[in-house]
Amino acid sequence: MDYDFAIVGGGLVGASIAYGLGRQGNKVVVLDEGDLAFRASRGNFGLVWVQGKGWDYPAYANWTQQAAALWPLFDEELRDSTGIDLGYACPGGMEFCVNEDEMAELEGCMRQINRHSNGAFEYEMLDHAALKKRVPQISNQIAGASYSPQDGHVNPLYLLRALHHSMDSNHTDYLPNHQVISIEPLDDEFLLHTEGARVNANRVVLCGGLDNERLGNMVGLNIPVRAIRGQLLITERVESFLKFPCLQIRQTQEGTLQIGDSQEEVGLDDRTSVSVITTLAQRAVRIFPMLESVRLIRAWAALRVMTPDGKPVYQQSSLYPGAYGIACHSGVTLAAIHTGPVAQWIAGKAEHELIAQFSSDRFDVP
Amino acid sequence: MFHNLPGDHRPLIRFTLDGEEQVAAAGISVAAAVLSIRQTSRRSVISGEKRGPYCMMGICFDCLMRIDGEPNRQTCQVILEPGMQISTQSGSATLKFELAEYE
Repeated sequence: MDYDFAIVGGGLVGASIAYGLGRQGNKVVVLDEGDLAFRASRGNFGLVWVQGKGWDYPAYANWTQQAAALWPLFDEELRDSTGIDLGYACPGGMEFCVNEDEMAELEGCMRQINRHSNGAFEYEMLDHAALKKRVPQISNQIAGASYSPQDGHVNPLYLLRALHHSMDSNHTDYLPNHQVISIEPLDDEFLLHTEGARVNANRVVLCGGLDNERLGNMVGLNIPVRAIRGQLLITERVESFLKFPCLQIRQTQEGTLQIGDSQEEVGLDDRTSVSVITTLAQRAVRIFPMLESVRLIRAWAALRVMTPDGKPVYQQSSLYPGAYGIACHSGVTLAAIHTGPVAQWIAGKAEHELIAQFSSDRFDVP
Repeated sequence: MFHNLPGDHRPLIRFTLDGEEQVAAAGISVAAAVLSIRQTSRRSVISGEKRGPYCMMGICFDCLMRIDGEPNRQTCQVILEPGMQISTQSGSATLKFELAEYE
């Protein structure tokens, strides 16, 4: 079976690209590993997040904001075509600060982002009194928060499910347990050797997360990535009290509280640890004292896909121009722009001015 | 509906289920006690559909009920005790938030 595109990786990035290419009528195959892969897409927080991003990288600030702006229409499209409610909402998001120094630092970042976006980025710094008006349950120990009306959240599992559901209607083949062992560039196509069938495709898109570095080397792509572990706590369902998603905590549609956010460099170790679970739990109670009595249901850890500067990579191979590589840690926020402009770029239909700003050539600076 | 096997001579203990006096064998879980009387433990807070205890080992959360006023108890993880007041929980549990603590 000959395909127009072979996409390596069926997570949020791969499934988004597959959706974008498939609905254009391309013959697409998605090659995925099995249940025991690292699967960052199943371990994340579900934020559709703008604030704080790109204060040091104007192109990223604008890219993220464009992605977030595309989300409402993207959500509607997916709901209409699959019938699946993603639980997307954009009430604005917050990051809490424990003291004035943190407030000042955060304000500095927000001001930079506002400048990079020529004022398009909206934010407010809320002191304790202002914060308490919006979130009455906030602890007295919290000095304030940064708030942006452009931040939202979604159920990332429903998002992944909706994208996979769409593969059927787009006549996209999905092959799990087909880990790619090697990619052989031929004259004008690629032969992919997998743990299952061999697959031929005119073009190949690497969305394999932490495996992208290995895969990239086979097709002349440099995609340096490393794992950053994040641990997450999940509580019992309680009555809705927190309508704003926050960097450290959010409440789902169903009433569950998700508590994060941790970052560790431990290699390919996706186990939870008592010390981090303790820290996350203590921090949550410091923010909302009433959480002292809430029951924790489970905890998990997942490995983020982190490029050297934390910004995405969108790269076409110059050695084998039919090969593309994508790496990012914000697969949820960027899903809306991956299905549109990035899929268009890969299909050779349209070039988005910002994509070139994320070339992996930027890592070659001596 | 579940019944004790013939030859089960464990003492019976009294408790109330949604206000009605009931009895069940000593030493069983609250979920098992409920199942000896009826099938439903709760209604889904999302769809409102009826649910009954399922896994009986603490991971499905379908056995959530209120015990002695405390909501969201996993009844399959609690041993029945005399005088327990078990009730069907309506809606989600509410976290206790005392404004007085902040003043």
